[in-house]
Amino acid sequence: MPATAKKQVHLAAQLPGIHNVTVWSDPRSESQIAIDSFIRLAQTIERGKFDFFFLAEGLRLREHKGQVYDLDIAGRPENLTVLSALAAVTTHLGLAATVNATFNEPYEVARRFATLDRLSGGRAAWNVVTSYDAFTGENFRRGGFLPEADRYTRAAEFLTTARELWDSWSGGDLKADAATGEFTAPGAGRFAHRGQHFDISGRFTTPPGPQGHPVIIQSGESDAGREFAASDAEVIFSKHNRIDAARDFYRDVKRRLAKYGRSPDDLLILPTANAVVADTDEEAAAYAEEISRELVSPQTAIAHLEAVWGRDLSAYDPDGPLPDIEPEDDAHFLKGHSVFRKGRAETARQWRKLAEERNFSIRELVIEVGGRQTFVGSPQTVADAIDDYVQTEGADGFVLVPHLTPGGLDDFVDRVVPILQEKGVHRDDYTGTTLRDHLGLSAAPRPAGWGGPGQPLRDERLRAESVRDRPARDQPLRDQSVRDQSVRDQPLRDQKETSA
Amino acid sequence: MTGTTGVTDPKGAPAAATGTPDGAPLHLAVALDGAGWHPAAWREEGARPGELLDAAYWADLVAEAEHGLIDFVTFEDALGLQSAAFHLPDDRTDQVRGSIDAVLLAAHLAPLTTHIGLVPTTNVTHTEPFHLAIGIATLDHASKGRAGWRPQISSRASDAAHFGRRTTPQLTEDDVTDSELISQPLRALFAEGAEVVEAARQLWDSWEDGAEIRDAATGRFLDRDKVHHIDFQGANFSVKGPSITPRTPQGQPLVVSLAHATTPYEFAALSSDVVAVTPHDRPGTAAILAQVAEAVERTGRDVVERPLRTFADLIVFLDDEPGSAARRKARLDEVAGAELASDAEIFTGTPAELADLLLDWRSTGLDGFRLRPGALPHDLTAITRGLVPELQRRGVFRTEYASTTLRGHLGLPRPTSRYAKAG
Ligand SMILES: Cc1cc2nc3c(=O)[nH]c(=O)nc-3n(C[C@H](O)[C@H](O)[C@H](O)COP(=O)(O)O)c2cc1C
Repeated sequence: MPATAKKQVHLAAQLPGIHNVTVWSDPRSESQIAIDSFIRLAQTIERGKFDFFFLAEGLRLREHKGQVYDLDIAGRPENLTVLSALAAVTTHLGLAATVNATFNEPYEVARRFATLDRLSGGRAAWNVVTSYDAFTGENFRRGGFLPEADRYTRAAEFLTTARELWDSWSGGDLKADAATGEFTAPGAGRFAHRGQHFDISGRFTTPPGPQGHPVIIQSGESDAGREFAASDAEVIFSKHNRIDAARDFYRDVKRRLAKYGRSPDDLLILPTANAVVADTDEEAAAYAEEISRELVSPQTAIAHLEAVWGRDLSAYDPDGPLPDIEPEDDAHFLKGHSVFRKGRAETARQWRKLAEERNFSIRELVIEVGGRQTFVGSPQTVADAIDDYVQTEGADGFVLVPHLTPGGLDDFVDRVVPILQEKGVHRDDYTGTTLRDHLGLSAAPRPAGWGGPGQPLRDERLRAESVRDRPARDQPLRDQSVRDQSVRDQPLRDQKETSA
Repeated sequence: MTGTTGVTDPKGAPAAATGTPDGAPLHLAVALDGAGWHPAAWREEGARPGELLDAAYWADLVAEAEHGLIDFVTFEDALGLQSAAFHLPDDRTDQVRGSIDAVLLAAHLAPLTTHIGLVPTTNVTHTEPFHLAIGIATLDHASKGRAGWRPQISSRASDAAHFGRRTTPQLTEDDVTDSELISQPLRALFAEGAEVVEAARQLWDSWEDGAEIRDAATGRFLDRDKVHHIDFQGANFSVKGPSITPRTPQGQPLVVSLAHATTPYEFAALSSDVVAVTPHDRPGTAAILAQVAEAVERTGRDVVERPLRTFADLIVFLDDEPGSAARRKARLDEVAGAELASDAEIFTGTPAELADLLLDWRSTGLDGFRLRPGALPHDLTAITRGLVPELQRRGVFRTEYASTTLRGHLGLPRPTSRYAKAG
């Protein structure tokens, strides 16, 4: 097959801020919070011509038996803030932040992503996740207010609203014409959205960046999550540790796109993966074994089991068999973890079955079920496996999660990437400047009726009503007087300042 | 209250002696906003009006400010489009409109700078305290200890409609005639703002120093005894904690607020490390500082433990040639179709004249000044290349940065976490 016919392997990387995916006890492991760690990893993968750098989100530290969970890496920065800093020390790398659609509001999130897209020259992506749990909600004004069944309807409307905000400025609205004295076009940024979850109107502050809309990412495995990805996302993250499951997922998600008038190329599927590279396959296998035992210490193995069993299992031997007692439905044991949504009893049943079939100890089982797709071997072996996976519809590429911070992808970038380049499946250099360019995505989807600069959608939407006069959702607005007041040209006070 | 202020009392004495009675250095901050603080500044020659929302423009400005050894720069921001009216939106198209998120902008500038403090403004009325706290903490990590935060309430009812969750008081034309009148209907929002800052400070303290132990022997990454739920319960919201972001280089980033009246003075006394005020002359400065001191007294703040630095705000138009800055401002007023009006005193003159004024006012006990350049980059460059060397000649301003953190520049201590056990 000629090289040009081969599918390109899309590569991204994540700096994990939490969970047992980082070997913090390794002497080469540095800070997971210092800006220099982020800069080093971002610059490394930019050297490897990766598509983007990804940061997850977690808004409450996990707890185990009522106390902060202390065995894994924990503690991370606010992701959009870090990515804005990285935009200054990278030139092409995409910058993807996870921001949930539950404990946020569209105006602010749309504004922050428009800002990141501007600061980075068109490299922003948004991983839209959902949350519902009261545990996380305890950190927020609204608390755990969202029924689980509503989380994707809110997410979908959240995204729709954000898109309306990004489209509230059309291309020519920012004029900055000193000669005519016109800074903006009249009505720039005007919007109104009235829906089930959001009822908002006014003026949006931020003309969108080069991509118009950031790239939209989804990560979640449920049926509702897949549907949301098929209708709205451009990248989907998944988590599999077996190629057959990955292929099933791939086919299933790609099949769903047609329903929304989209082609299979409009959504890239990128499972998260580890890569363990050494001179030979044998050395790599030994190192991978060592890493997995570092990641799942005896204490970690028991803690994971306790989370599923919902009871104290500290008396069990991590190198012994699984307990034959039944789980209890006590959510107290591990909070802030999204893994066990299938239910404790069902998860325990599956784990026990797996352990019996493969003769696993507790620790071996936890290593197995916690694992993500791992590529282990010499640079050639790893490059071949990744290429094969992508060419056979297992994935469109991978989000690599290094097991060491920040140097964990050095070997991959220095030794595997050149082989992928020789194979003609990974770019030698960036051919565009925006993340959409790297991902081979078309321009941002525009809502029907958007006619480009000069034909803004907002005119249609706003003709029906002057939204400023509408009452707010919960209580009537007390500012009905606003519309009657003329704006004074020469106010008493400087308009840019408010006390405090 | 507005108009050009010449130098009222040019003592002309070498200020190394008179200007620093206690030897304390003079502090300078620069307030950056759009094309400058004059609404017509974007039409000036040298302005870069098409780039006001882009990274390179801000990188150049902040590099210039750092070159001038400025303590910190502030970035204005709001969750609504700028307006010529204080209390409601307008439909003007002839002034700068549009903005980007100031925290993200400040973070972007962090790796491009090494010493200058970065102080973004954020809204505290429609936002989540947890998000704000981790955003500013992250700015402190990203800048290695140079983060500040200017919390600002949202007084425009139209901003509330951007969120659709609550209403805020609608100010009337009468309210906005006077600072005390404005702040009356906003008292509840200031009280809530103080809660937001307090919750943020508790979150910043929620990881003690040294919480990350990486103890391979016991398998523990964290010492959970050093990571704390804050259990913040305010009148308006509650936050469980702990933060997800470990303790930052400054421990607590620097909180800066602007205040014009009794209520915001109390907010500053409760919440701020630096308060910027807007006097119009030396006696007025002394009177305001007395009011701030009363607010400190009323709120029971221990200023030995928690010093409050006072800055005065001034809008400045600076040119070397006498009379030139005043002419420049007059020209801008003409382009704008109205004389510049401001909450802060408006200064036009030479760098030497401004230095005289600063030292004169400072003798009332101010720690420093936040200068708002009338036009950018012109008046910023005049500050860094005209005013700063003038102050250095008089021996009242640093000739190099002596520390790398913002608290360090201001001589403020790094707070210990309130949760750390004594001894
Ligand atoms: C690869 C991957 C990464 C994820 N990253 C995050 C994250 O950073 N923050 C978060 O809150 N949830 C994250 N999630 C979890 C899901 O996005 C979230 O729990 C979602 O609501 C689950 O949806 P589902 O029920 O459709 O699986 C991630 C999930 C996957 C598979």
